[in-house]
Amino acid sequence: MDAALSEFSKWLAATSLSHTIQTVGWIIPTLQTIHILSVAVVFSSAVLVDFRILRLFERDVPLPQVTRRFLPTIWPVLLILLLTGSLLIIGEPRRSLLNSTFYLKMALLVVAILLTAVLQGSIASSSASWEKDRSRRTAGKVTAGKILARILATASLLVWCGILFAGRWIAYTQAG
Amino acid sequence: MSQFQDLIAYFEDSGLADSIRENDVLFPLIESVHVVAICLVVGSILVLDLRLLGLASIHRPVSRLTAAILPVTWGAFAVAATSGFLLFISNATKYLANGYFVAKIFLICAAGLNMIIFHGISAKDLPQWEKEPSPPLRARLAGALSILLWIAVVACGRWIGFTMQELSQ
Repeated sequence: MDAALSEFSKWLAATSLSHTIQTVGWIIPTLQTIHILSVAVVFSSAVLVDFRILRLFERDVPLPQVTRRFLPTIWPVLLILLLTGSLLIIGEPRRSLLNSTFYLKMALLVVAILLTAVLQGSIASSSASWEKDRSRRTAGKVTAGKILARILATASLLVWCGILFAGRWIAYTQAG
Repeated sequence: MSQFQDLIAYFEDSGLADSIRENDVLFPLIESVHVVAICLVVGSILVLDLRLLGLASIHRPVSRLTAAILPVTWGAFAVAATSGFLLFISNATKYLANGYFVAKIFLICAAGLNMIIFHGISAKDLPQWEKEPSPPLRARLAGALSILLWIAVVACGRWIGFTMQELSQ
């Protein structure tokens, strides 16, 4: 597997696109800047919804409204991340493809996407019960659904932070 | 000026700065915390900026949105500033000699100034328009300027990594 990846990295690094990315000095920092700004948007959207579920943000707004405002943004911005991330890999294939931290980041990303999709889907489908959350009489009641949502929100916070940590750590664990 | 240099030397020569320089894990760890905090600062401010531009959260009154989002922004900013300070003292002299680092500090100050000016002067009549989906031109300008400044802050931050010889990218 490592040999095949090494061969593939070598082939990728020899392409003219890779050559351009490697030799034009401003391309990699520019791609990284777009990448991290996109990470900021996706991360903050997820975190604000998680904070709302944990009752740390916009408690006066029903959860489905907060979810509708923030979570749909994540999906198109993930495409920008895929594009800039792919170009960064093409520019420096060995940096990621031969780096276990990169695969950890991708695994965490899959978990984060699943968590976000589950939260977005389940909150949308049980919208009516969350809307009631606002009234004083039910606000204090902690149902099983709410506990589950809080567990998922906490997991989401940790996994997104893990993705950002792994992303930074790629630079420190790259193959020589 | 020499007092400033003494102060810089004091921090750079401290045991704490030495640990961050010498320890293999400490620098990337603080850097990761810095990235997480910066992302939340930029992302949460963007929510306000887009509201001021009339592009998002348009059904939320500006003051309610500000009250909800600013604690998140300031909390994240405190973490970003603290972690940034720790990264800075580990190599203070080199950072100060780096144009992108100096530019980043000035840009953050400019973003703060933009916020103060908007709150202090432009937003005195906030109650009159804060429920409107599209705020007045000066609010939209403040929002647009804030977005541009924070993009520049992040770009400078990334460029520091490519212009400091001994640091990893």
